Amino acid sequence: MARKIQEINAGSMADIAFLLLIFFLVATTMNVDSGIQRVLPPMPDPNQKQEAMDVKKRNIMLVFVSKFDNIMVGGERMDITQLKDKIKEFVLNPNNDPDLPESEMTKIDLIGNYPVSKGVVSLQNDRGTSYNLYIMVQNELTRAFNEIRDEVSSQRFNGMKFMDLSEEQRSAVQKAVPLKISEAEPRNIEGGK
Amino acid sequence: MILFFFMVSTTMREQDMLVKFTLPAATEVQKLEKKSLASYIYIGQPIPSLQAKHGTAPRIQLNDSYKTTQDILEFVASERDKLSENERLQMTVSIKADFMTRMGIITDVKQELRKANALKVQYAAQKTLGYEPM
Repeated sequence: MARKIQEINAGSMADIAFLLLIFFLVATTMNVDSGIQRVLPPMPDPNQKQEAMDVKKRNIMLVFVSKFDNIMVGGERMDITQLKDKIKEFVLNPNNDPDLPESEMTKIDLIGNYPVSKGVVSLQNDRGTSYNLYIMVQNELTRAFNEIRDEVSSQRFNGMKFMDLSEEQRSAVQKAVPLKISEAEPRNIEGGK
Repeated sequence: MILFFFMVSTTMREQDMLVKFTLPAATEVQKLEKKSLASYIYIGQPIPSLQAKHGTAPRIQLNDSYKTTQDILEFVASERDKLSENERLQMTVSIKADFMTRMGIITDVKQELRKANALKVQYAAQKTLGYEPM
């Protein structure tokens, strides 16, 4: 008589799986680490004499957030909803306004010649500014650059959005539209109108 | 099935939280690429059970204890040592701060990070699709 093949008792497998599940449920978190990436400027060398960076006034856009959570852009008081468009206008300079940044025609692989803006957004905040507003401002700045990058990528890469591009295409667009956001050296700024 | 789901999508909870914080919301967030190369700095009010001892002013937590800004240099150095040479350049510090924090403490943290040459930072934020009208 052929012996029946010893089958593994499947009932205990279910128990083990159940136990492991409980373990994972209590011991882990679905930690989604999302956030806004930035690169901080390196500390200035105290020994090296600071040569004043010769940046033309037209190439800088000062964004200041006061401790009363007011935003001032390029000297004029603004609401956060207008920030993104103002930044886009600054970076793109569509009408070659002499008060807005210059651009430099650069040859980039995969894109060809592109007028890369020399504009820099200089972000300053007071020690009393709320972090929430600071993040919202950083977000709007990022949104402005991301929208420009999407526009460039759909123009040059057949209507594709920046996120859908390949690694090399993405770095080409990044070279064309660099994220030029600089944060000023911190100092105490009083008041806020 | 659910087991496999949990196994692949979660991470071991590393540290006990000593501060409570609600991350600010933002639309243009990116996922942190390599969790193994990330160090975390938590800033927020102490959790209710510890508030009696430490009060309600915002605190910095590095790994598992309250620290001050002076400790950040040391913290970065020790986090760096855990990584190999070529990974060091890619180390990212994720700042998880409560949305109500004032920029003073955040600016101090950033200055310390610059001194420690940990220049890649990420301001942790929850992804939202848009802001509610204020």
